[in-house]
Amino acid sequence: MNKLLNLFISTLKISAFTFGGGFVIVPLMRKRFVEELGWIDEQEMLDLTAIAQSSPGAIAVNASILVGYKVAGFGGALLTVLGTIIPPFAIIGVISLFYKAFRDNVIVSVALGGMLASVAAVLCDVVITMASSIFKKKALPIIMMVLSFVAVRYLKINILLVILFCAAIGVLDALYENRRTKHDLS
Amino acid sequence: MIYLELLWSFIQIGVASIGGGYASIPLIQAQVVDAHSWLTMTQFADITTIAEMTPGPIAINAATFVGIQVAGVPGALVATFGCILPSCIIVMTLAWFYYRFRGLSMVQNVLSFLRSTVVAMIASAAISLVILAFYGSRQLPSDLGSINPVSAVIFLASFIVLRKWKLNPIYVMLISGALAIMLHCIFGI
Repeated sequence: MNKLLNLFISTLKISAFTFGGGFVIVPLMRKRFVEELGWIDEQEMLDLTAIAQSSPGAIAVNASILVGYKVAGFGGALLTVLGTIIPPFAIIGVISLFYKAFRDNVIVSVALGGMLASVAAVLCDVVITMASSIFKKKALPIIMMVLSFVAVRYLKINILLVILFCAAIGVLDALYENRRTKHDLS
Repeated sequence: MIYLELLWSFIQIGVASIGGGYASIPLIQAQVVDAHSWLTMTQFADITTIAEMTPGPIAINAATFVGIQVAGVPGALVATFGCILPSCIIVMTLAWFYYRFRGLSMVQNVLSFLRSTVVAMIASAAISLVILAFYGSRQLPSDLGSINPVSAVIFLASFIVLRKWKLNPIYVMLISGALAIMLHCIFGI
């Protein structure tokens, strides 16, 4: 299949299933673009998620812009943005005609409850996969992961601040490593 | 000019909603209910409920809904466009920087730390979703036994299928929805 068409249809499909918040797009994109198509590598996907999370706007839209840009440049990004907004646009467009009936429909809420339970499982699955790749590394990234988790989950610190703090630690760590290697050489 | 007003309101929402999702609800409310009275508070509560029931970011859902209510399909297009415009400009700029400079060892190091944070954030989102799916609320209830049994079974089954057979998450979600409807129709739960 034509690569651009494949990119567009994949994004359409993924967007139509992004229930339960923006982060859900990460495991879906990972499955399609990292595992199935091999267009993006594992580490890169995490980098793109970090950028998507720290930019203004919806995570799902930001993440698809990044994936589109990576795969096919500026045009690719426009294509993935379209692919991401068409499903919610069409669905809300139709539902707005009879949204009260939709909201109160028992079958809809039952199906949604079931899907939500599996979306939770999808996120747990991807967290385990991603965390195990962090645990293979040095101690500092593991400590940062645990600290970030506590900061976001229990201390309710703004996510952007946590990201900036981690970036600062990253810079300090790089400077320290640099000095040490120079010192060892001299 | 209603189109320009819609466009400008949703550009502001697009710029200001950092952190995504639930952080953007008060921003949308400030524009749509308080500043412009495009929706009543009841309608706004309805659209947040519907946004949770449908796929896609809440800001896009709200933009489409408000646009249609206020100025029909062209209004929805304009509002949605406004909503994503800031993202497109900012994220594409960042993407350019990322692909230009990610080879530098300093950038590499910063990114490797950010990966840890990202995993932590997704883990936090995952726990919130598990609580929402099991108990129907975002806060853990005092009575942990009041768990929804259907959700718990679907969660466990999905988790096993995903880890063991690496089935595509989209199929797992579709099957789970169908299963929940079947259980409801047969057993009334």
